[in-house]
Amino acid sequence: MKKIKWVVPTFYIIFLMLPIYWLLNMSFKSTTEIINVYSLWPQDFTLDNYKTIFTDSTWYMGYVNSIMYTVFNTIISVSAALPAAYAFSRYKFLGDKHLFFWLLTNRMAPPAVFALPFFQFYSSVNLFDTHIAIALSHCLFNIPLAVWILEGFMSAVPKELDETAYVDGYSFPKFFFKIFIPTIAAGIGITMFFCFMFSWVELLLAKTLTATIAKPIAAIMTRTSSTSGYELGLLAAAGSLTILPGAVVIYFVRNYIAKGFAMGRV
Amino acid sequence: MNKTLNQKAWYFVIPVFALVAFNAVVPLMTVVNYSFQETFGSNVFQWEGTRWFKEILHSERFHASLGRQFIFTFIILLIQLPLGIAIALTMPKKGWGVPICLILMSMPLLIPWNVVGAMWNIFALPDIGFLGNSLNSLGFDYNFTQQSGDAWFTTILMDVWHWTSLVVLLSYAGLNSIQPAYYQAAEIDGASRWDIFRYIELPKMKKVLTLAILLRFMDSFMIYTEPFVLTGGGPGNATNFLSLDLVKMALGQFDLGPAAAMSLIYFLIVLLMCWVFYSLMMKDEGRT
Repeated sequence: MKKIKWVVPTFYIIFLMLPIYWLLNMSFKSTTEIINVYSLWPQDFTLDNYKTIFTDSTWYMGYVNSIMYTVFNTIISVSAALPAAYAFSRYKFLGDKHLFFWLLTNRMAPPAVFALPFFQFYSSVNLFDTHIAIALSHCLFNIPLAVWILEGFMSAVPKELDETAYVDGYSFPKFFFKIFIPTIAAGIGITMFFCFMFSWVELLLAKTLTATIAKPIAAIMTRTSSTSGYELGLLAAAGSLTILPGAVVIYFVRNYIAKGFAMGRV
Repeated sequence: MNKTLNQKAWYFVIPVFALVAFNAVVPLMTVVNYSFQETFGSNVFQWEGTRWFKEILHSERFHASLGRQFIFTFIILLIQLPLGIAIALTMPKKGWGVPICLILMSMPLLIPWNVVGAMWNIFALPDIGFLGNSLNSLGFDYNFTQQSGDAWFTTILMDVWHWTSLVVLLSYAGLNSIQPAYYQAAEIDGASRWDIFRYIELPKMKKVLTLAILLRFMDSFMIYTEPFVLTGGGPGNATNFLSLDLVKMALGQFDLGPAAAMSLIYFLIVLLMCWVFYSLMMKDEGRT
């Protein structure tokens, strides 16, 4: 029984890794080799695709842009969601349930619905093609999610913690930053992970809101199909590089994921 | 938890409220505004009343893409939930296997969606892709750019690849929160493996599973980027899901009025479904 158990996750992981391997495999081939020779590993190993990306500023700036707005968004979402989640987890107030559901409805809004109005709206407030515009627009779905996750973590902390701190003479801000935030550190880690994740992978809004200056890498990739046919090698290399930031983030939160998932709502 | 009544808590909520309202209210009102008007470009608008809504609700194109959308979401939930639970149950619970499983399984979740589409495109191409080439050399006549059945198969396989891990992570968290005492008690009672699953693990996972269903329903119902890159809605209209159809109408043909009306109907359907899930979820929370 013990041995059979390994089969399911192992096959699943192999299934997950296959397309990723294929992408990596192609990124080390030249486009001519990809089209003409079918092989399970590069016959004529080359780093040219990566060299192109790292030497051409229109390419590597895409990564910088993507990382910039993703980080902005994570900071904005989590710092706005912290006090709100505290309010939802500790207090009853007028319209709290409706407000909570209204927030969630924004997580449910199809981005396709918002693409065009966002374009017009952000153009009219002169934020079009800036990093902050994408960071703000991603708040639409990240803030509700952050509030939701954090509220789950905060509700798991007994209220006695707050009361004891006040008895001990802590002021609210001192309690919040010195005691409460360290207590739910795992929850904040998980929340940041999810905000980063959803902002990093979203493309429709990011593409709609940018032209040149703040263009995300994922949108730049689409141009490989327009100029000089399909540059599959370059596309594969650029795609492989977009996996990296995610992998780094997962590596840092790997301990939180197991622990944090278990205690919180997500 | 018993909460105290405190209207000042609103101050804490203001930043969130302001940020989301900034993003949600103005654009949503723009959509509502368009949905009742006809536009001829250069800001000339004409009142059309509910014409677009009637047209959309009676259009076969909308029925077809809505139908495809429901079938797709249904298949996705049917595959991903049992598979996710099965993987979570068989995953190692401690030791060096845990971080490896978690890290590798989270990978697909952190890849930008159009990269997922592009990756699956080159993975499934019949001549140069591993999947396409293998299937063809095994004797299957597989070509997802030509045959609608294959396009569906590839899109579903891609979504299973992309999102099953979310269900796994959630179920795994639910399983981890079960105290060992429950298992010991079950062992003393001589419960079978199935009994343990049915009476201990499944009830304990109820909350995270509801969340998984909710998230998977919403996201698969809004799917846009991956099929757009993978199949572009084709061949023909075979994989033309709601979002794809909507964007084609709004940005491709610039039919703002009908597109806006369709957006609102679309949004209302998602909202209604989620409200049902949400009330079921909250009802349960109130009982326990």
